Amino acid sequence: MSAAADLTGALGLAYWAETAIKLGVALIVIPTAALMLGYLFLLKMMAFMQSRLGPTDVGPHGSLQLIADAVKFLQKEDIHPAAADRRVFRAAPVVVLASSFLLFVVLPTGPDAVVENLDTGIFYAMAVSSLSVLGVLMAGWASANKYALLGGLRAAGQLIAYELPLILAVMGVVIQADSLNLQEIVRAQAEGEIFGFGLIGNPFILTQFIGFLIFMIAAQAELTQTPFDMPVAETELVGGFHVEYTGFRFLLFFMAEVATAFAFSALATVMFLGGWWIPGFDFNAPILNVLGPVVMLAKILLVAFVIFWIRFTYPRLREDQLQKFAWKVLIPLSLANIVVTGIFKVVL
Amino acid sequence: MSPPPTASALREQQAYVAAQAADARVNVELDTGDMTLNIGPQHPATHGTLRIACQLDGEQVISAEPLMGYMHRGYEKLCEVRTYPQCTTLINRIDWLGSFANEVPFILAAEQLMGVEAPPRAQWIRTILFELSRIANVSLFLGDMGVQVGALTPVFFAFRDRERVLNQIEEVTGGRFHPNFDRIGGLKDDIPRGWIAETHAVMAKMRGFCDEMEDLLMGNEIFQTRCRSVGVIPGDVALSYGLSGANLRASGVDWDLRRDANPGLAWDQVDWRVWTHPDGDSFARYWVRLQETREATKIVDQLLDGIPSGPIMAKVPRIIKVPAGEAYVSTENPLGEMGYYVVSKGGLGPFRVKIRTPSFSNISVVPWVMRGTYVPDIITILGSLYFILGDIDR
Repeated sequence: MSAAADLTGALGLAYWAETAIKLGVALIVIPTAALMLGYLFLLKMMAFMQSRLGPTDVGPHGSLQLIADAVKFLQKEDIHPAAADRRVFRAAPVVVLASSFLLFVVLPTGPDAVVENLDTGIFYAMAVSSLSVLGVLMAGWASANKYALLGGLRAAGQLIAYELPLILAVMGVVIQADSLNLQEIVRAQAEGEIFGFGLIGNPFILTQFIGFLIFMIAAQAELTQTPFDMPVAETELVGGFHVEYTGFRFLLFFMAEVATAFAFSALATVMFLGGWWIPGFDFNAPILNVLGPVVMLAKILLVAFVIFWIRFTYPRLREDQLQKFAWKVLIPLSLANIVVTGIFKVVL
Repeated sequence: MSPPPTASALREQQAYVAAQAADARVNVELDTGDMTLNIGPQHPATHGTLRIACQLDGEQVISAEPLMGYMHRGYEKLCEVRTYPQCTTLINRIDWLGSFANEVPFILAAEQLMGVEAPPRAQWIRTILFELSRIANVSLFLGDMGVQVGALTPVFFAFRDRERVLNQIEEVTGGRFHPNFDRIGGLKDDIPRGWIAETHAVMAKMRGFCDEMEDLLMGNEIFQTRCRSVGVIPGDVALSYGLSGANLRASGVDWDLRRDANPGLAWDQVDWRVWTHPDGDSFARYWVRLQETREATKIVDQLLDGIPSGPIMAKVPRIIKVPAGEAYVSTENPLGEMGYYVVSKGGLGPFRVKIRTPSFSNISVVPWVMRGTYVPDIITILGSLYFILGDIDR
């Protein structure tokens, strides 16, 4: 029986009421998450790292700047290029955003606090996260712009190169946890032991450290963040696939980018950093439904900090160098990681 | 240090052309059309309005041709209807990042025609300001190269530290960007009190900035992957295309007008060296410019300590009339050799001025060097050749 069913049983809610609650939470959480990362990292942290002030005027410490920006985007005219394929052009940002919304569905934040506790949770997450490139390719093709087309094609090439190490890195975790279910992965870490010492469980970052590194590198490529931001590449492709988008449609791309960064940080947290579980608590303690999201958020911000830190530090690789790196370094390394994990799984 | 790449670069390019020809023969039925991509006139990497018309095969460049003229302002013609002192206001705006350095060769040419020589103090301060504008100009490149290859942070550090140099220039001349300070026969004014100590401090800061860039960008593995053996220009090719300045020195040609043809400034009075790099690639161009910025801070430090006393203005008439004649004076500007060919017919203004700007010649190598590279390399090469649009279209 899934945890979601537990929640329904515990609170005695009808199906429609449960769905309404889940929908409401999702619609509040996702934009908030995107806004929070956008403000904290894209505006403030980036400014401090580059010895600038960042926004200061709108609200305390400029905290309302993103809302002001969103209003600005809403006011802009919605322009379609004359030669664009209008229907595909309009659908593309929605596809990209839908992909990151779907990612949030399986993220567990407490013993019962999860929208849908799928048994194939991580499989599902990997599957929907690769949907976004479809939207990127659509945007690149439908814009009728050469820069956008180059950006879209680069994104497609990047996806093929980086989905593989991403999934292979996840495989190590799955082998160790014996499950594709994200809750079970958290449980395996909570109930694990480090050489018989079980107080803090066994966060998989300790045993799957190489897997964690590969996951973070591949996620960086998946999110098209520097050093793998060739599909966007402002100085070469002037924004790549979203060069022709204005106003609200551009905002959708922007939100999707930041929300996906949030979701991938959450996935890394769940798989490698022990998820929402707090050492010392019983795994099913109801209080964790309240404390879990807070712990989870702290860990997510930590991982996201690393993602954005790398983004602001490194230059961009070239497309062929990226492919070389993926096929010659990351994929053999992650295969070796799986082999070693498998051997240990069988032996121990 | 990798060996000089002259032969290998040529071979690489010839191999690409041969492969293209072979492809064309084999894939007669499968004609994959080339794509024409116009980079610019409005493009963030051209920092101005340069247009590069590229023929692409996938992401590989078949041909690239720079098309200039979008910002042509007709300065050579405008100079003909102005008096000599008025010309410097225009000339300031050619290479707008190192304005003072633009004025000097023109003034020197006019002085040569008039047979006037600036007093030693004016010459030393001229040299100091010249090197300061070199630092202000090239330090921006050191950060901007990061943006070209995708690292956003260095350019903000560059803007932050360059501001200190601009402040020093402003304290003397009153203008951050366009000083318009050089006069025929000397300088407009003397340096203010306390300026020498302040400038020493700023030079120390700029050396710190160079160290920072070396750590942050030049030592970065991705930066090296992007820049090493990208855009290789062998020394003989560089010479035949008329490259000058750091672009030429990065190809291993030891040529610096400050040392080789000092036209009457104080460079021969101080101890410094010319940096060259044998590789000729984008990384070498970055490396040479970084070393030159360091060297320039040392030149300024030494000059500051040795400024002779005396007047800053020679005796020149109030209304300047230049006797008939011709003169060509060129100096080693931040971007390369900048020269003015001034023809005078004895009037208040020049009869004809021909301006030889470094960027114009430097980007002429673009079609040669870009054949066979990838789209991201276009940006790396353009960034490392380092042109100022005003210096191409004047």
